[in-house]
Amino acid sequence: MNVSTADLLLWVAFPYVCLAVFAVGHVWRYRHDQFGWTTHTSQLLERRWLRWGSPLFHLGAFAVIAGHVVGLAVPASLTQAAGISEHAYHTVAVWLGSVAGVAMVTGLGMLCARRLLTRRIRLTTDRSDKVLFPLLAATVLLGIAATAAHNVFGGGYDYRETVSVWFRGVITLQPQPDAVSGAPLLFQLHALTACLLFAAWPFTRLVHVWSVPVGYLVRPYLVYRRRPAAAPLPARRTSTGASRRAA
Amino acid sequence: MRVMAQIAMVMNLDKCIGCHTCSVTCKQTWTNRTGVEYAWFNNVETKPGVGYPRRYEDQEQWKGGWMLDRRGRLVLRSGGRVKRLLSLFSNPDLPSIEDYYEPVTYDYDNLVSAPAGQDIPVARPRSVLTGRPTSVTWGANWEDGLGGAPEHAGADPNLTGEWAEKVRFEFEQTFLFHLPRLCEHCLNPACVSACPSGALYKRVEDGIVLVDQNRCRGWRMCVTACPYKKVYVNHATGKAEKCTFCFPRIEAGQPTVCSETCVGRLRYLGLLLYDADRVGEAAAAPDEHDLLDAQRGVFLDPTDPEVLAAARESGIPEDWLAAARRSPVYDLVMRYEVALPLHPEYRTLPMVWYVPPLSPVLDAVIVAGGDQDDPDHVFAAVTRLRIPLDYLASLFTAGDTDVVAGVLMKLTALRSYMRALEFAALAGPGRGEAPLRQHRRGLELIQRALVDADSPYRHLLTALCGLLPPPTEADLAAVARLAAEGPPAEEVGLDPYGHGEFAPPGTFTPPEQAAPTLAAPTSVTPTRQEDDR
Repeated sequence: MNVSTADLLLWVAFPYVCLAVFAVGHVWRYRHDQFGWTTHTSQLLERRWLRWGSPLFHLGAFAVIAGHVVGLAVPASLTQAAGISEHAYHTVAVWLGSVAGVAMVTGLGMLCARRLLTRRIRLTTDRSDKVLFPLLAATVLLGIAATAAHNVFGGGYDYRETVSVWFRGVITLQPQPDAVSGAPLLFQLHALTACLLFAAWPFTRLVHVWSVPVGYLVRPYLVYRRRPAAAPLPARRTSTGASRRAA
Repeated sequence: MRVMAQIAMVMNLDKCIGCHTCSVTCKQTWTNRTGVEYAWFNNVETKPGVGYPRRYEDQEQWKGGWMLDRRGRLVLRSGGRVKRLLSLFSNPDLPSIEDYYEPVTYDYDNLVSAPAGQDIPVARPRSVLTGRPTSVTWGANWEDGLGGAPEHAGADPNLTGEWAEKVRFEFEQTFLFHLPRLCEHCLNPACVSACPSGALYKRVEDGIVLVDQNRCRGWRMCVTACPYKKVYVNHATGKAEKCTFCFPRIEAGQPTVCSETCVGRLRYLGLLLYDADRVGEAAAAPDEHDLLDAQRGVFLDPTDPEVLAAARESGIPEDWLAAARRSPVYDLVMRYEVALPLHPEYRTLPMVWYVPPLSPVLDAVIVAGGDQDDPDHVFAAVTRLRIPLDYLASLFTAGDTDVVAGVLMKLTALRSYMRALEFAALAGPGRGEAPLRQHRRGLELIQRALVDADSPYRHLLTALCGLLPPPTEADLAAVARLAAEGPPAEEVGLDPYGHGEFAPPGTFTPPEQAAPTLAAPTSVTPTRQEDDR
């Protein structure tokens, strides 16, 4: 193994630091900031751009995330064994990925535009949004640029033999920094900004992703709740503690 | 039978003078914060009018409340669960801030910090959302007292056909009443049913509907689902907020802020017992005209031993059961049946009810040349004048004019009876006249003043004085002295508190007046101010 210190830092230390921040940050935020845990909707203030931008971005993002799960987590040998040829896989991936990517970029562009151009929304933009929007935009643009440069217009680059191997190494705690150190710059930058995005995730409105209300589909319509038992006053607890407990 | 208790409200609309004290005190208590400047948990609308937010009653547009599907099942008008989740990214039926109004503040600072000059400084409006100067073009009570009615009131969703035309062109002849609105704390709340996070809930103990601020994720489906548009998005926190029925006050045994501060004392708060098992069935009554009786059928008689036994089983404490027996809301809704729900056709089983106003009918009696103090004229109007009845029916009974007419008849009879119950009629001629004899001199003085002024009311006073014993010599002397002295000096304003060197410390001293701008040759004498004093 001949791995430089820079590669170790970039492709082992940095991803793990980001993932640690991702995990610990979420635990901290969930425990301490339920009140801040929201989509932070701004549809009340602006609806014309949001009407198209938000569905395009979200649905595009779902497709892109699904594509990444398949592309990164499933080894090429597995799809090969399933009888899908390398060429067929890449053709489908590039086509579906392009459609999803363009939808996501268009949607995100519209969402960024309304945030910048609509003064009402610009003023409600908080610090976390000012980090999140550029970071998300950079990650998405680098990803789509890498695909366009190498796989749509270029000669084709098989990231499944390099970037994917590195990704699975990180996840399975057997890091292989040399797998990605030779990848094209655009892929590398995309992977690094994605790591940053994971680190920023728990501190931004992205946490609303974990609140997808699937439980709503099976819940009864009407929700009744009892008042929580009032906390007894300290002074009364000392004098009539026994009777209150009995009650 | 599953007995639950509900704090409910009845408002007597004939008593509402539209002073907005309820709205203002509510706002100062609950929504004077960033993000909810535009939100009024309590607002007072002028009817006819488009309301707040604009045309919120048009459920074809806003998709609020429940409806029956083709198979007669109760469904949310905004669609089923799957459709709701699919519209999370962009809610097609969410009102924009323009449908409410753009909240403004004013450059108050300019009033005190403007440099001395010839013009009076003004506080110009500034948008709270953009921080920029703006012009005020709409508000929560923009149509107050039918202001702008010829342009706007015809868009009231409760007005249809010829009546809309009449309001548009003859609005000075139309009626006017005020409608205070707050969250209805419904028995079948659409907002609760539409909340994907389960953050909205109805309290078992008192029926108050609340938003759990820690569980709300800002999916904004409640705003669409509520047909009364009484759930609001806080654009600063990204969470839903609504009327809390002042639950911290209710828990402490106090009335809500809107009830406590109501100038006309028109709000009645009280407890109702209801059968939670019958709510769904009542809300799904096939005919909209049956919804009122269906909802009344859900309420339970707090004196019925069976109900009391079931209530005790549900854990409702004895003092609450006593409160249910003393409830003015139960009397108005169930015993006298003079209170009606607002828009029962939304099928949410609302729990803020209204005694409909008699004033639209009285106004119509006057327009028709009748005498509004003659109960026969009013009864005739209730049976013959379609227009105010139709309007009230579209608000309170899903269009059933018979029910509204019945309530208005009761109110007319009550009004006539109460007017007969004057003090003298009750106390008899001796005690009844005592206060008049006691103020013999004052009456004499008023009578003379009215005669001097040639007022048409002089006959009334002359007749009254004629019924009383004639004034004594001493009375006449006292009246002459009072007339000669004239009215007492007014002691309001700043003057009584001293001025110049006698002013108390810290007194506001107005700055020197600037010279008039368009000064044609003036003859201002420098000593004039001194002379005035």
